[in-house]
Amino acid sequence: MATKASRSAARLMMAPAVVLLLGWMLVPLIMTLWFSFRTYLPLRGGDQGWTGFDNYIRFVSSSAFWPAIQTTLLIVLGVLVITVCLGILLAILLDQPMWGQGVVRILVIAPFFVMPTVSALVWKNMFMDPVNGLLAHLWRFFGAEPVSWLSDASLQSIIMIVSWQWLPFATLILLTAIQSLDSEQLEAAEMDGAPVLKRFFYIILPHLSRAITIVILIQTIFLLAIFAEIFVTTGGAFGTRTLSYLIFQRVLESQNVGLGSAGGVYAIILANIVAIFLMRIVGKNLDT
Amino acid sequence: MHLSSALRAATALSLIMVGAAQAETITIATVNNGDMIRMQGYTDDFTAKTGHEVEWVTLEENVLRQRVTTDITTKGGQFDIMTIGMYETPIWGANGWLVPLDDLSAEYDVDDILPAMRGGLSHDGTLYAAPFYGESSMVMYRTDLMEKAGLEMPDAPTWQFIREAAAAMDDPANDINGICLRGKAGWGEGGAFITVTGNSFGARWFDEEWNAQFDQPQWKAALDFYVSLMNDYGPEGYATNGFNENLSLFQQGKCGMWIDATVAASFVTNPNDSTVADHVGFALAPNAEGVEKRSNWLWAWALAIPAGTQKEEAAKAFIEWATSKDYIELVASKEGWANVPPGARTSLYETPEYQEVPFAKMTLDSINAADPTNPTVDPVPYVGIQFVAIPEFAGMATEVSQEFSAAYAGQQSVDEALAKAQAIATEVMEAAGYR
Amino acid sequence: MARAVTPRRKLINTGLAWAIGLLIFFPILWTILTSFKTEAQAIASPPLFLGFDWTLENYGVVMERSDYGRFLMNSIIIAGGSTILGLIVAVPAAWSMAFVPSRRTKDILLWMLSTKMLPAVGVLYPIYLLFIELGLLDSRAGLVIVMMLINLPIIVWMLYTYFREIPVEILEAARMDGATLKEEVLYILTPMAVPGIASTMLLNFILAWNEAFWTLNLTAVDAAPLTAFIASYSSPEGLFFAKLSAASTMAIAPILILGWFSQKQLVRGLTFGAVK
Repeated sequence: MATKASRSAARLMMAPAVVLLLGWMLVPLIMTLWFSFRTYLPLRGGDQGWTGFDNYIRFVSSSAFWPAIQTTLLIVLGVLVITVCLGILLAILLDQPMWGQGVVRILVIAPFFVMPTVSALVWKNMFMDPVNGLLAHLWRFFGAEPVSWLSDASLQSIIMIVSWQWLPFATLILLTAIQSLDSEQLEAAEMDGAPVLKRFFYIILPHLSRAITIVILIQTIFLLAIFAEIFVTTGGAFGTRTLSYLIFQRVLESQNVGLGSAGGVYAIILANIVAIFLMRIVGKNLDT
Repeated sequence: MHLSSALRAATALSLIMVGAAQAETITIATVNNGDMIRMQGYTDDFTAKTGHEVEWVTLEENVLRQRVTTDITTKGGQFDIMTIGMYETPIWGANGWLVPLDDLSAEYDVDDILPAMRGGLSHDGTLYAAPFYGESSMVMYRTDLMEKAGLEMPDAPTWQFIREAAAAMDDPANDINGICLRGKAGWGEGGAFITVTGNSFGARWFDEEWNAQFDQPQWKAALDFYVSLMNDYGPEGYATNGFNENLSLFQQGKCGMWIDATVAASFVTNPNDSTVADHVGFALAPNAEGVEKRSNWLWAWALAIPAGTQKEEAAKAFIEWATSKDYIELVASKEGWANVPPGARTSLYETPEYQEVPFAKMTLDSINAADPTNPTVDPVPYVGIQFVAIPEFAGMATEVSQEFSAAYAGQQSVDEALAKAQAIATEVMEAAGYR
Repeated sequence: MARAVTPRRKLINTGLAWAIGLLIFFPILWTILTSFKTEAQAIASPPLFLGFDWTLENYGVVMERSDYGRFLMNSIIIAGGSTILGLIVAVPAAWSMAFVPSRRTKDILLWMLSTKMLPAVGVLYPIYLLFIELGLLDSRAGLVIVMMLINLPIIVWMLYTYFREIPVEILEAARMDGATLKEEVLYILTPMAVPGIASTMLLNFILAWNEAFWTLNLTAVDAAPLTAFIASYSSPEGLFFAKLSAASTMAIAPILILGWFSQKQLVRGLTFGAVK
C-alpha cells in the first residue's frame, strides 16, 4: 500500500544511514586502493610513486600469505563450530526448569561484557602461563606436565579464548529461539515416545535454523576482523597469523603502507567472498 | 651579602613568574617500565620547578611503538615527547622528524652522557634523543646455586661454561631451571637475544652486499646451541618467555642463570620483589670459544621531541629535568642508589655511593664492551648490535624471530626455521631495493 | 511455560547448569579475586582461592598512577555518544525499511553488514591521515563518529527486525478509528518500539565500550577511554598479575554491572529477528 509519496519519504529517511556508510566505506577504500598501487614507505620519505601491481604480487607471493588465509578461516570456523554447538546445548539446558535460572544466566552471559584486550590478557597471563598460570597448577596437581598453551597449542588456545567471549552471544540468541518453541509440540513428541535425539533433530534443530543462521552471520563479521586477541597473546607467532594480522605486520611493523594496502584489498575481497558465500547459504533463511 | 641574596630572591621570583606565564601542558608517550612509572611519580617536582604540567600516555611496549610510529610518520602531532629507543632514533633523526638536542644548557652537561649511548642516539653527530636509562646485557646468576654446584663463574664466561653451569644447577625436583633466556617472538624480545647470540658465534644478519646470511654455518651453530641448551635446562614454554616472564621466574628463584638486560640487576637484587636478592652475581655476557665478539647488546630508552611540536621549549625543559644529574640524585635520595635509572651518565659511575652498588661495575663494563658500529666478527654494512638500523628491520626481524620461536617450541626444525628466515630477509631486502 | 518435571530431574538440571555457569564465569571471578591479593599471593603455588589477606593496595596503586575517572568518563561519552548518534541515524532508516520495504531492502541491509568486514588495520593509515586533516585526532567527537559508523549496520539491522515485528494491522485499525498520525506514533508505535530500541542501545553501548583498535590508535590523552587505560597495565616489568587484575576489574566492572542489571532487555533484544 505504499504510495509514491511514502516511498520517497522512506528513501529520505534511509538516506543519512546509507550516505554515511557509503562514505565510511568508500573514502578509506579509495585511499587504500590508491596506496596499494604506490610505493609508500613512511620511514623512507613516504610516497615514492607508482608501482603498478607490484604490491599485489608481492603480497600473495609472500610465504606468509596462504598460511594466513588458512589461519583466518580456521579461527572463524573453529569458533563458529564451538559456539554454535555448545550454544545449542547450553540453550537447551538453560531452558529446562531449574532453581536460580536468572543467576545462572547472568553467569553465562558475563564474558560478553569483557573487552577483548582484557580477556586475552587474563587468559594469557593468569590461566595459560606455563609456570604461574592456573591451568599449569591444575595440570601439576594431577601430576601432568604443564602445557605451554600459547606455543604448543597456539591456534587452539586462541580459538578457545575467542569462543569463550562469543559463547554467551550464541547462547542468548539460541535460548530466545528455543523459548519460542511450542512446548506442546515437544510434549506431544515426548508422549509419542520419540527418543531424545529424534526430538532434537526433528523438532528443535529445524526450529533453531534461523537463529543459527543469525549467529553465524553476525559472528563471522566480527571474527574475520579479530585482532586484539592475537596481538596480546602470540603476536602472530606459532601459526596464529591471520590475514588481518599479516596486514598489521606489513603496515605497522614493516612500515610498508603500499604493501599493506594491497593486503587490505585482498582482505576486502576475502570478506566479500565470505559474505556472498554466507548470503547464498544463509540468505534464504533470512527471507521473511 | 644582604643585597645580593635579595637580588637573587628577586631573580628567582621573576624566573618563576616567567615560567608561570609560559606554563604549558606537555603530552608524553612512554613505556610502562618500572623506571618510567617512577618518573611519573616525580612529575610534581618538574611542575614545581618549571610550572609546566605533564600529561602521561603510558602504554605497553608494543602498543607504544605502534602509536608513536604512526604518529611520527603521519605528523599527527599528538605527543610533545616520545619515549623511543636506539633503533628508532637514528632513523627518525635522519628523516628530520626529531628536534635536534644540540642546544641543551651548560648545567645539563651533555658531555657527561656515556659515549656509547650518545653515539647510538645521534645521527651525523647530532644528538636526537636524551637517554633516560641505558643498558647492555650480562649474565645474572645465583651465587648460592653456583657454590652448591662447585663451580665458579669467571668474569667473562664462554657459552661452553654457561652450558656446563646450567647442567650443574638444573634441578627439576626443586623447580629450578639451569638457565632462563628469552625465546619470545618479536624483534626487541627473542629477536634481540638470538641476534646477539649469533654475533657471539660469528654470525651476522647481512654481508656487505646486503645478502641475508641465515644460510651460513655460524647461524646454524648459534641456533643449535641455543635450542639444545634451552631444551635441556630451560624452563617449560621458554618459546613464549620474554624479559618480563624471565624476570618473574628469576625473582621467584626458578632460574640458576639468566642472561638479559643489565637494568634487570636492580630488580633481582631488590628484596621487596625478589626472593633471591642476596644471592645474585654478575658476569659479562658469554661468547663462543674463540669468537672475539661477546653476546652483549646496547640499548637506551630515550626521550625525543617530534619536530613540529608547538611546545618545544617546555619539552626540552622536561628532557633536561628527566635525564639530568639532579633527577638521579632525587631518586637516589628517595629510593636509594640501586634504584636510579642506570647506564646513561658517566658521572653516575663516578659517584662513590653508586660504586658500592653490586651491579654497577659489571653494567658499565658491559656497556663499554658493546660497539654498535662494529658489531660482528665479519664486516657488515649496518650499525646496531641486536638490531640492524634500517627501517625494514623491525618488521623483518619480528617475522624471523617468529620462525625461530616456532623452532624453540618444537614446531619446526632449526634448519627449517633458518631456511624461512633466509627467505623472509631476502624477500624484504629485495622489496626495499637493497639488492 | 515451565514444563512439569520430576524434582530429581530439576535437581540434575540445576546442578549441571550451575556448574557450567560457574565454569564460564570463573575467569572473571578469578580476576576479581586476584585483584585483592598482593603480587606475591597472586602467583602463590598452590593458588590461593579465598584464604588470603584481602587488600585494596592494587586499587590504590592503579588510582594513583592513572586518572581512572577521566578514562571512565571518555568511555561513557564515546560509547553513549555513538549510541545516541547511531540511533538518530538508524531509527528512520530501519523504520522506512520495515514499513516501506522495496525489492532492494534486503540487499541494502546485507551491504551495510558487509562494510563491517573491512579489516580495520588495512585502513588505519587512511583514517589516521584523514583525522589529522580534519583535526579529529584524540577528540571525543572523532571517536563518537567512528564508533557510530562501525556499529551502525548492527543497529540498523536490529531495529529493522524489531520494527518488522510490529503488526501493520494495528496501525490500520487505529487509522480506521480515526487516530491522527501524531496519536499513531505516540500511543501505538512508540510503546511497541521502545523495548527494541532499548536493547539495541544496550548492545551498541557494549560493543562501543569494548572496541579496542580505533579507540587505542586514534587517542592519546583527551579522548583516551578504558581500553587505553588497560594498555598501561599489560606486561610491565616485574610481577603484575594483581595490578593487572585490579585494572581489568575497574575496566569491565561498569559494563558488567550495567549488563547484569539490564540483562532482561538485552536477552529479549538479542534476537536479530531470529525468533518469528
